[in-house]
Amino acid sequence: MTGIVIMQLYVFVLAGYVGYQVITRVPPLLHTPLMSAANAITGISLVGSLVAAGSNRGALSSALGMIAVICASINVVGGFLITDRMLKMFKRDERKRP
Amino acid sequence: MTGATLTVSGGGSLREVLIQGIYLVSSVFFIIGLRGLSSPDRARRGMGQASFGMLLAVIGTLLQQDIVRFDWIIVGLLIGSTIGLIIGRPLWIKVPMTSMPQFVAISHMFGAIAATLVGVNEYLLYGPQLSVGTMTAIGFEVFLGALTVTGSFMAFGKLQEIITGRAVTYRGQNAVNFVLFGTAIVLLGVVIITPGLAAAFWGMVLLAGILGVLMVIPIGGADMPVVISLLNAYAGLSASAMGFALNNNLLIICGALDGASGFLLSVLMCKAMNRSFANVLFGAFGAVTAISAKSAAGLTARAITPEDAAVRLAFARSVIVIPGYGLAVAQAQHILRELADLIEKKGGTVRYAIHPVAGRMPGHMNVLLAEANIPYDQLKDMDEINSEFDRTDVALVIGANDVVNPAARTDPSSPIYGMPILNADHAQSIIVLKRGMGSGFAGIENELFFDPKTSMLFGDAKSSLTKLVAEIKAL
Repeated sequence: MTGIVIMQLYVFVLAGYVGYQVITRVPPLLHTPLMSAANAITGISLVGSLVAAGSNRGALSSALGMIAVICASINVVGGFLITDRMLKMFKRDERKRP
Repeated sequence: MTGATLTVSGGGSLREVLIQGIYLVSSVFFIIGLRGLSSPDRARRGMGQASFGMLLAVIGTLLQQDIVRFDWIIVGLLIGSTIGLIIGRPLWIKVPMTSMPQFVAISHMFGAIAATLVGVNEYLLYGPQLSVGTMTAIGFEVFLGALTVTGSFMAFGKLQEIITGRAVTYRGQNAVNFVLFGTAIVLLGVVIITPGLAAAFWGMVLLAGILGVLMVIPIGGADMPVVISLLNAYAGLSASAMGFALNNNLLIICGALDGASGFLLSVLMCKAMNRSFANVLFGAFGAVTAISAKSAAGLTARAITPEDAAVRLAFARSVIVIPGYGLAVAQAQHILRELADLIEKKGGTVRYAIHPVAGRMPGHMNVLLAEANIPYDQLKDMDEINSEFDRTDVALVIGANDVVNPAARTDPSSPIYGMPILNADHAQSIIVLKRGMGSGFAGIENELFFDPKTSMLFGDAKSSLTKLVAEIKAL
């Protein structure tokens, strides 16, 4: 049990460090899309929700799971679509002056 | 063992190896996807990769042995995706770019509801038998989740102006919050030691929900970027805690990525306002009644007519526009772009100086200008453009105030002293578009408006810009 927790903590700390490194490179220009993307990725709680909804551990459990699946997939689908819509607007200057 | 369903494969069945493999690939796609956001050219592809990572995560999860029935899952996915599509597709409900912060806030709420419900479900199923480790994880998941649910909802309400956008403060507010927070932490401790004590668990959930509301209530509109970023971090940490509870590395990784992103952005926002985290959360800016030592008495601002301003802009070689949130509120970005095109046609260059706190969320102003088809290579960060003002003919300030107030550099008694500002006062001349002589968010006089180089063009931003466009066309 302790071994598993230690491994989990390793994963958590290293992933946090990678996140910090990747995100410091995002220019302020794209901070709003970044936040919207991070928001879409928070929808990863869909993974836990799917297990809760599909495990057949009683009606209450399945119902809670289903509500969780609904909420998480709103988060994922809405989040990625809106991020893409925002990023589509960022265009280079086509008629670049010489 | 616990209610954890995703046990690490001791035996290493083929199915388990496959699932873990898919999760590993999925996490790589998430990281590569976020990496894509380091440049606007690669950003859309990056988001494609991240959403592919999400698809893999779902497929990997559905392969799990524990999932034995799919009816609830399919119904849930269908309903959720449909709602997501309706919100996300501009064709059906157009979420305007000014509403982006509200949208992100409400979206956080949905993600956090999911995390909270999963935690509550685990507790309902296995409560008294949970080990200390799993109970700790579930406790944090539910605590942060419930806090994010109500906090995000309040933030949404404030931004959408369903409830007042002003900072709501009362005597002893911080004391009340600290007591509630302390009680919630004690309950969390109790439930970790004795998981069977259901009252402690529900008490903690309730207090977390109340804290979410109380945390957001004292935050004023212009401090919202910090709160939204912070809620983003909490939602991420809640997902991470879920990963600890369910022993799922993918959840831990994604949650940590979000947590890092949220905290980093809130720190950046605080720096740009020269305020500490604690000051934003507990200080309620509106309550600061410090009055700048320098008052406007005896100073006069020079007004300019649209005709004169138009002439000056038309013959400028270089113009830097400093947009504030007022510009977006007036929906004047499109007419601004028209003006910029005219100046460029006359031979001048136009760039935009973006202060980090312009708007209601980090980087908001960039999105608002990009929406008006302004090319992103003209949008410059504060650090990038500040040295350019000395060589600029006209600085055009539209709806911005505190971010160009020289008092931040020179007047230690000013509440905004030390805040990084845009050096508009270094330009050869300054034109300020402003409704009247009212003061900015911080409630202080702006010396820039009384600078001999400054001319004030009074009126609503949109109508002033429209007049300028008409005048330049007539030249």
